[in-house]
Amino acid sequence: MNLLRELTENLRELIATVGSVFIFFGRVLGQVPRALLRPSLIIKQVYNAGALSLVIIMTCGLFVGMVMALQGYDVLQRFGSEDALGSGAALALLRELGPVVTALLFAGRAGTALASEIGLMRATDQLTAMEMMAVDPIRRVVAPRFLGGVIAMPLLAIIFIAIGIFGVQLVGVQQLGVDANSFWSQMRSSVEPQDVMDGVLKGFVFGVACSLVAVFEGFTAVPTAEGVGRATTRTVVISAVMTLILDYMITAARL
Amino acid sequence: MRSMRTIEISTGLFVLLGFAALFFLVTQITNRELSVDGSSYAVDAKFENIGGLKVGAAVSMAGVTIGRVESITLDQSIYKAVVQLRIKSAYSRIPKDSDASIMTSGLLGSQYVGLTAGGAEDFLKSGDHIELVQDALVLENLINQLAASFAGRKDDSAKPEETAK
Repeated sequence: MNLLRELTENLRELIATVGSVFIFFGRVLGQVPRALLRPSLIIKQVYNAGALSLVIIMTCGLFVGMVMALQGYDVLQRFGSEDALGSGAALALLRELGPVVTALLFAGRAGTALASEIGLMRATDQLTAMEMMAVDPIRRVVAPRFLGGVIAMPLLAIIFIAIGIFGVQLVGVQQLGVDANSFWSQMRSSVEPQDVMDGVLKGFVFGVACSLVAVFEGFTAVPTAEGVGRATTRTVVISAVMTLILDYMITAARL
Repeated sequence: MRSMRTIEISTGLFVLLGFAALFFLVTQITNRELSVDGSSYAVDAKFENIGGLKVGAAVSMAGVTIGRVESITLDQSIYKAVVQLRIKSAYSRIPKDSDASIMTSGLLGSQYVGLTAGGAEDFLKSGDHIELVQDALVLENLINQLAASFAGRKDDSAKPEETAK
């Protein structure tokens, strides 16, 4: 009986949280036009979320591409179709690996930074102080960070994919000896501009999701040191789960 | 705390890098040739069955791509598929009695239109029709043919036994 009551309590908590996330999302979107009037804030946030994440994104992109070349070559070589390495790797990167892995890395690096920054502002009463001075914290603090994440994420995904393909080429053509001409021509014949647009679209959607989760967790963090830590952890976990769920939904809708 | 200038420059570089990567992806690794650039002329051909032929499929002669399939429609008066082919103007010496057949590239490949040259002295011009066509191979028809030929052979071998009785 107790278990049942606990379950219904948890369920109601969950539904209430989902509701507050959407209300928060609405508030943030409402403040976006006014936040756009201060481009310096947004540029700073794009720098924080995007430019500072470049190192991790480019390194991981390179290694993901190189690993894909190794694994792909090993499998394709058994059927004598090593030339298909280019198209297989490019399609996998564009459609799935690029946006998803970038989103997970983004959640880990930029998402935690956003959540802990806003959470700390909450814990040190800075957000309350702003409200007392009739400065809307959502417009001043949350919306620019949200926009920074949304702008940075698709760009990071594209950079990841491009460097990934370079990595595939590096190992496949230079090291394993796949014929360069067939590598590129097979890739050109099987990749359509639609695939690139799908990758960008996914990057954008994941950017919205991960940034929203990060700023929400930070904004509603329990104002203690432990609360900020928990908010940071929840950001990564919820971002990862949301990314993969959205990935399935978008793929099912587009294919 | 970095100066605002450094932040702006770094952000600008980041955004430019992103767009450069996008540009690289769209131009270098995608199939851009779904339409014919430059001057071209259109001819059409009517097929009973086009199989899996799609708009944008290649039109080739002797293995060389000379154009693209521009449109596929159904002519409801004669119930045939009307396939419009757009051929590059550089290939203006295709005989009028050439034959167009729908072929498959490779084992799992997509279908394309292959032209085989005829012997006429007149060449195809814009708006002409290709009269000689060969439809796509439909698997069910092939299987039916095979089954029918097996049944036919069984009948033939049964007949002498009957008359011998």
